[in-house]
Amino acid sequence: MQETITININGKDYKVKPDQTIMQAADSLGFHIPRLCYHPQLSIEGACRVCIVEVEGMKNFAASCAFPIRDGLKVRTNTTELRRARRDIVELILDNHPQDCHTCERDGNCELQNLAYAMGIRKRHFEGERKHYELDISSASVVRDPSKCILCGRCVRMCSEVQGINAINYAYRGFDTVVMPAYNLPFGESICTHCGQCIKVCPTAAFTEKNNTQELFEKLNDDSIVKVVQVAPAVRAAIGESFGLEPGSNMEHEIAAVLRRLGFDYVFDTQFSADLTIMEESSEFLERVGGKGKLPLITSCCPGWINCAEMFYPDMLENISSCKSPMSMMSGVIKTYFAEKNKIDPAKIFSVAVMPCTAKKCESERPQHTVDDMRATDLVITTRELAWMIKSAGIDFINIEGEAYDKPCGMSSGAGAIFGVTGGVMEAALRTAYELYTSETLTEIEFENIRGLEGIKEAKVNLDGTEICVAVAHGLGNAHKLLEIVKKEPGRYHFIEIMACPGGCIGGGGQPYPSGNYIPLDPECLNKRAKALYAIDRKNTIRRSHENPEIQRLYREYLQRPLSEKSHELLHTHYEAREPKGIVSGELKNLLE
Amino acid sequence: MKEFIITICNGTTCVNKGAHRLQEVLKEKLEKAGLTEKVKINISGCLGMCDKGPMMIVYPGYTIYGGITEEDVSEIVEEHIINNRPIARLAVQEEKLFNRFFRIFGDTEFFGKQLRIALRNCGIIDPENIDDYIALRGYEALAEILTNKTPQEVVDEVKKSGLRGRGGGGFPTGTKWQFTANEESDLKYVVCNADEGDPGAFMDRSAIEGDPHTVLEGMAIGGYAIGASKGIVYIRAEYPLAIKRLEKAIKAARENDFLGKNILGSDFSFDIEIRLGAGAFVCGEETALIHSIEGRRGTPRPRPPYPAVSGLFGKPTLINNVETFANIPVIILDGGGWFSTVGTEKSKGTKVFALAGKIHNTGLIEVPMGTTLREIVYDIGGGLPNGKEFKAIQTGGPSGGCLPVEYLDTPIDYESLAKAGSIMGSGGMIVIDEDSCMVDIAKFFLQFTQDESCGKCTPCREGTKRMFEILTRITEGKGKAGDIEKLERLGNMIKKASLCGLGQSAPNPVLSTIKNFREEYEEHINEKKCRAGVCKALVGYTITDNCVGCGACKRVCPVGAIEGTKKEKHIIDSNKCIKCGACIDTCKFNAIVKS
Repeated sequence: MQETITININGKDYKVKPDQTIMQAADSLGFHIPRLCYHPQLSIEGACRVCIVEVEGMKNFAASCAFPIRDGLKVRTNTTELRRARRDIVELILDNHPQDCHTCERDGNCELQNLAYAMGIRKRHFEGERKHYELDISSASVVRDPSKCILCGRCVRMCSEVQGINAINYAYRGFDTVVMPAYNLPFGESICTHCGQCIKVCPTAAFTEKNNTQELFEKLNDDSIVKVVQVAPAVRAAIGESFGLEPGSNMEHEIAAVLRRLGFDYVFDTQFSADLTIMEESSEFLERVGGKGKLPLITSCCPGWINCAEMFYPDMLENISSCKSPMSMMSGVIKTYFAEKNKIDPAKIFSVAVMPCTAKKCESERPQHTVDDMRATDLVITTRELAWMIKSAGIDFINIEGEAYDKPCGMSSGAGAIFGVTGGVMEAALRTAYELYTSETLTEIEFENIRGLEGIKEAKVNLDGTEICVAVAHGLGNAHKLLEIVKKEPGRYHFIEIMACPGGCIGGGGQPYPSGNYIPLDPECLNKRAKALYAIDRKNTIRRSHENPEIQRLYREYLQRPLSEKSHELLHTHYEAREPKGIVSGELKNLLE
Repeated sequence: MKEFIITICNGTTCVNKGAHRLQEVLKEKLEKAGLTEKVKINISGCLGMCDKGPMMIVYPGYTIYGGITEEDVSEIVEEHIINNRPIARLAVQEEKLFNRFFRIFGDTEFFGKQLRIALRNCGIIDPENIDDYIALRGYEALAEILTNKTPQEVVDEVKKSGLRGRGGGGFPTGTKWQFTANEESDLKYVVCNADEGDPGAFMDRSAIEGDPHTVLEGMAIGGYAIGASKGIVYIRAEYPLAIKRLEKAIKAARENDFLGKNILGSDFSFDIEIRLGAGAFVCGEETALIHSIEGRRGTPRPRPPYPAVSGLFGKPTLINNVETFANIPVIILDGGGWFSTVGTEKSKGTKVFALAGKIHNTGLIEVPMGTTLREIVYDIGGGLPNGKEFKAIQTGGPSGGCLPVEYLDTPIDYESLAKAGSIMGSGGMIVIDEDSCMVDIAKFFLQFTQDESCGKCTPCREGTKRMFEILTRITEGKGKAGDIEKLERLGNMIKKASLCGLGQSAPNPVLSTIKNFREEYEEHINEKKCRAGVCKALVGYTITDNCVGCGACKRVCPVGAIEGTKKEKHIIDSNKCIKCGACIDTCKFNAIVKS
C-alpha cells in the first residue's frame, strides 16, 4: 500500500501522497490554486507569487508551487487577506501591461485576462508608469513584443530547459527587467531556431507568430493568380481545438472544404509530399548504408532542427539528409510538374502552406529552396492563423461537409500522415526502406518502440542480416542529448529522426493555444493528437509511401526514379554553417574556421 | 630596543584621508631625528572612529591622535617622542575609563560602552602580517579543535554560544551548522557572505580590512565542523583593500599550514578562494549569492531547499556572514558558555554597527546585545551636532525601520527591534534629526530597494515601483486622499508575498515611518506642507523684515528670482524660485525663511 500523509487545507484534513508541493497536493484534491509562472514541465521559478497560500506557523505567504508538504501541514488557500494579496499582485502585473485586450492577438485566449477575471479585478488602484518596448518584427517567424511580457519566465525556461537553445534570457534588473536575445540583437539575427515554443508557453502575447493572414486574404481576392494550398498532417489533428472540439478530432476533409470556401483553387495534402520525401530519403539512406555518404543519416523535415544544426552542429551538416522538407518538395512539384500538367504559368501560382509550425515561415524564405529563381512556397500560415481566417471569414467549420483533396498531389499513404508525430518519419522511412532493400513485404509495420512521448527512442531493424539501429528525438533539448551520444559513439546509430518541437509537429509552435482545461504542452493533448494521426494511418488501405499510386505516377511521368538528376534538382538541398550570433564559443569558432 | 610603537590606522577611510602619506612623513621625521631604532611604525585596520581620521595611536600610554596633518606629525615626533609630552590638542580621548576587554579600548567615551569580540583585533594588529594575528592567539582555536575536538563538539560549542547570524536574518548559527553537518555529501562548501551592500554600511569591509585572518579561521573551523573541504569568500569588487588583504591573508595562511591539505598535520584539508560580486544588493541574499557564484544571473530562488541541503552547485553549503565567522575563534577559545554570558536572553554576544547620519562620532562600533539605542546615540555617538533635535534612528539599512524618540530605550536585540517595527539587519544605523523629512527618508530608502530589486518576483518588482511613485507624488505636493492607505496595503502585501528578504523588508522604511510619523504624511497630503523644509515643491522661500537690502541674495540667485533695490527689502518671485537654498546660505541677517 502506498504511504500517505495528512495535510489540512482550509480546515479539513486530507490524506495525500508525500513528496509533493502544496500546489500538486491541492490539485489532486480539486483545489485549483491560481498560478502564472508555474508549468509542470519546467523548473520551479516561484516568481509570479500568484499561487501564494497561508501556511500555519509561517509569518509570510508561501508560494504553493515550490513549498513541499509534510505530515500535519496546515494550509489556507482562500482567506480574505490572501484573496486581496493575490488580487493586488495580478493588478500590479496588469498595471504594467498594455491595456489593449480588444486589439490583442490573444484576446479571449490570454491567461492574464482569465486570471484578472478570476481575481475579480474590477478597478485599478495602483496605476503608474508602464514600460514600453519596440515591437521586434525582425524574425521571419516569431514576433517579440516585450511590452506585453509579464516576466513569468516560462519562455526563458522553455528555450533553455526543454529546447537547450537559450536564445532568450532576462536582461537588466528590477522594473527594467526585460526578456531579450543576447545583446538585444534583432530576434531574426539571434540564435533563435524559430521553433515557436516560446509562443506556446507565453501566457500573453509577448511572443506571437508573424501573422500573414492579411496578406493571404488579399491574395485570395486576386483573380489573376492561381491559389494553391497544401496542408500539413498535424494541422488536421489540432485545428478543431480552436473551435471547441477535443484535441485529436480529425478535421482533414473539413479543412479541404473550408480552404476552397476561402478561395483556394487547388487544395493539396502535404502528406503526399511526405510520401515523396520517404521515397527520396529511404533511397538516400540505403545508398549511405551501401557506403556512399556519411552515417548516421539525420532527417531534414524539421526547419527548427535545420536552423539549430546550421548554428550548433556545423560539423554534422553532412549527416543531414539532403532531402527538402515535404512542404518544400510539394511547392517544388506544384510549380513544375503540376504547373506543366495543368498548363499553368508557374509564375502565376501563389503557393501557400498551412503548417503547425512557425519555423516553416523561415524555411520558405531559404534561397536554397527556389525553383527556377521563383520562391517555391510563397506564404506559410500556421494552424492558428488558419483557424482565425476561418472565423474571420465566417465559415461554419464544425458543420461543414468534408471534401476530398485535389489531384494529383492530394493522395497519400498512411505513412504520410504519421509524419506529424514524433517517430513518424522514421517509421514511414523504415516501412519503405525495408521493402526497397529486402524486396520482401514488411509484416509488422507499426514500430511501437519509436512511438510515444519518451524524449529519446531507439529501435533495431534487421535488413537482410544487417542490423540497423535507429533513434528518434523530439524537442531540441533531447536532440542535443542524442547528438552527444552520437559524438561519443559515432557508429551506434544508422538513422536518426529529429523534430524540434516536443511531440513532433503535433506540438508545433504554430498549433492552437490550449483550450478548455488543457495547459501548454499538455501530454494528454499531445497524445490525443498523435492518436488521431495514427488512426488516419490505420484506416488507410495504403500504408507504405512507395505504394502511393500518385507517387508512382509522379516518378513515371516526371522524376524517373528516386535520386535521379531531376529529383536532385527539385527535391534536394544543401545546408550552410552559420555563426550563432551573440555567442562566443571557442569550440564552435574552431569548427567554423 | 624600541621605546615607542606608533600604529597608523589603515582602514579605507583613514587611507582616503592620507594615512599613507603620514606614514612616509613620520618615517622621514624619525630618520632625520635618528629615532628609527627607538620607534616602531605599525599599521592596523579600522579603529572605528572614522570621522576623526586619519588616526594614530602612540604606545605606551595608548594615546589616540585623530585628524592628524603632516605638521602634526612633526609635533608628535618632537613633543611626544623626544620630550615625552603627549599632545593634548591632538588627542581624541577624554577621561580614562575602566578597561573592559582588550587593554586599549576603554580609554575613551567612544570605546567605553563598546565590547569588541568580532573586531577584537581591528585597530591593534597589522592585518597584513600573520604573525601579529598569531601573537594574539590567532589560529589557536583552529589548532585546538583539530587536536581536541570532534566536528560535532565544535557544532555543539557554537550552539551553546547562542550565536545568531549577523547578516540580518538572525538564524541560530549552531543550528545552521548542524543542518549542514547532517547532510551526507562527497563535497560541501563553506561560503562567507561579504557582499555588504547597505548604503552607508561598512562593518564587513572594516572587519576584513582590519583582521582578515579571523574570518579565515572562522571559516576553517566551520569547514571542519560540517565536513567541508572548500571555502569561498564572496566579496564585492568595490572593496579593493579588503580583497587585497584577504588575498594576502589566504596566501600567508597557506604558507603557515592553516589552509590547504592536511592542515597542521591533521586529516582535515580545507582551502579558501575569493569570488567577486558585481555590486548587486540582492546578491547578499544567500540563494542569489549562490547563483552569482555559479555564474548565473543573481536572482533568488524559493526555499526550501535551503543551502544547507542543496546549495552551491547543488551541494550542502554553509553560508555565514563575515561578522558571524569573526566571532567563531573567540567562541572556541573562550567557550560558548562565556560567549552566552554576553548579551540578552535570546540575542547573545555583540553586534557591530556602522554609525552614520546626524551624529557626532560616526564610525564603526561593536556593542553587547542589550545596549540601548540611547546609549549608542548619546554615549558612544556623542549625540547630535549643532544642537539639533533627535527625530529618529534608522536601523537595519534600507530594509529596516525608523524608530522615533520613544524607542530610544529599546535594547538592541533581534526580538526587541522587530517588536519596535524595525530590524537588526546587518548593522547599518543612521541617526536622523529634525532637519530631515520622514516621507523623503522613506522615499530615499525605497528608491534604493526598488533600484536593487532583481526583477524576478511581481510584488517587489512592480509593487515597490508603485510605492515609490506614490511617495514621489506625495513629496511633490500631488498626494491624494487614500495614498497612505494604498502605501500600507501595498507594503503589507509586498512584505508577506515577496520571494526573498529584499522584497519582504523593502516596505519597512515606509511602513515604519507611516506608523511613527503619520502626521508628516498627512501634512504633505492635506496641507501640502513639509515641516522639515526638505520637499522642494512644498517649500516657499520668503524674505522677512530682517532684510537690509544688501543684495547678496540677489547676486547669488542662479535664476534671477530675487528683485529689490539697494537698502530696501527684497522680494522672491515664487514662480521663478527653484528652491535651491543658495540665498538662505548667503544671507547674513537670517532674513530668508522657508515656509
